[in-house]
Amino acid sequence: MGDVCIIGIGIHPFGRTEGMSGVDQGVFAVREALRDAGLEWKDIQFAYGASEAAGNPDTMVDRLGLTGVQFINVRNGCAAGGSALFSAQMAIKSGECDIGLAVGFDKHPRGAFDAKPSEYNLPEWYGEAGYMVTTQFFANKIMRYMSLNGISRDTLGRVSEKAFRNGAKAPHAWRREPVPIDVILDAPMVSDPYSKFMFCSPAEGGVALILASEKKARELGITPIRLKAATMRTRPPGSFEVFAPSVDVERGGTATNIASRDAFEIAGIGPADVRVAQLQDTEAGAELMHMAENGFCADGEQEKWLAEGWTELNGKLPVNTDGGCLACGEPIGASGLRQVYENVVQLRGEGGERQVPGSPNTAYSHVYGAPGVSAVTILER
Amino acid sequence: MQAIAENLFTDEQPPRLIGGQSKASGRIVFPCPEGDEFEPVALSREGTLWSYTIQRFRPKSPPYQGPEAFEPFSVAYVELPGQVIVEARLTDVAFEDIAIGMKLEFAPMPFEKSTGETVLVPAFRPAAMAEAA
Repeated sequence: MGDVCIIGIGIHPFGRTEGMSGVDQGVFAVREALRDAGLEWKDIQFAYGASEAAGNPDTMVDRLGLTGVQFINVRNGCAAGGSALFSAQMAIKSGECDIGLAVGFDKHPRGAFDAKPSEYNLPEWYGEAGYMVTTQFFANKIMRYMSLNGISRDTLGRVSEKAFRNGAKAPHAWRREPVPIDVILDAPMVSDPYSKFMFCSPAEGGVALILASEKKARELGITPIRLKAATMRTRPPGSFEVFAPSVDVERGGTATNIASRDAFEIAGIGPADVRVAQLQDTEAGAELMHMAENGFCADGEQEKWLAEGWTELNGKLPVNTDGGCLACGEPIGASGLRQVYENVVQLRGEGGERQVPGSPNTAYSHVYGAPGVSAVTILER
Repeated sequence: MQAIAENLFTDEQPPRLIGGQSKASGRIVFPCPEGDEFEPVALSREGTLWSYTIQRFRPKSPPYQGPEAFEPFSVAYVELPGQVIVEARLTDVAFEDIAIGMKLEFAPMPFEKSTGETVLVPAFRPAAMAEAA
């Protein structure tokens, strides 16, 4: 049996769009993806839709057409988009269907994500004392990592600087102005060592991907991008996660370690084969830690990687070529699918100003989120 | 002064944090969960700084109950050797003097609620011996 293929992609620009609901942005993305594939809505046999805060994805059939299509809603935290994609590929792999859709959208209020202790099985005092703040966790995680592995704050600044520089070249990005590194480093601190330019913001946006069996793609005459692996995994013992009043003394691995290892095994390749990568960068340090957690470098080597520009568009492993979450913001349901969208653009050679040189043939995407979930995809041209 | 919640500190003076030890695996967590799967256990007064950050903006209310006039505060993880790493404030130390690996001792600190009531929250301060050295 052949590979599952991505034959159409669509995106609604990320950021803030007054007057458009999350569902509107999802519908926009689906229409773009259909146009891209040269298909009509009636051709779609099934859909998996992801949204955290913008309503039920299946309501979009009102707008797209009441074809009786099978439409399943996915709500899986930060891995929602990755879970929709995983589910869609399984529907095709099973042989039950040969053409379908993975769509994700969201529209979050401004400011940090709201969280209540009771939703996380935590006592009320934990929130009263001021600990229900996601940024504290990310800051603590990188402080420990920097101390153990000799990562400087300048390197965090370089990650953000690259994100905004790449975002300026990506039409779907939110932050489209480069920001000088001094401005990034000297900006007001949110949670040490992170300044306000080192965290992404909740945002809005929509992404749609049309998947097909290899046989169907050939019938349609479309040159497909092959989905060689899609994994979604939860945390092992001893990981450090958001909203943790305590952490095990015996340290363990991460959900990312498992999702990444399994994806490489399924695809039958290793980190050295990857030519472009989109790694979860909800804050600057996340990109650095995820470079190591996904096997692209050893802990501590990021200092040299960033100083040498190895993750730039023309580097040996371009990372977050559209500016990632730092430049695009994070609409949870759409964010993981945006990474796959960007990888398809890069593999097709349609990246314009942000195109990675040398006709990349293998692309990697990675999502991580609360409460310790991760999703990885590997694409090949 | 009362603790911010019941069953966080032991009754002794000076107090210790109360963790929960899993009856099945021996793993220790903080705070001690309700139910009968965990046994309350007094945690060590001495530890080392595992990581930290400074909270620079006022957290959203609810759930935050601190004063309207916001002062940045530390949010740290303190390793209690052989037991567990606990989240707590740091006290009696300037932000710029905080260093991962520093020796700490348990010292609950006052937390003024927006209601005017003051309670104690879990906190650690630089260990006396380290100061003398």
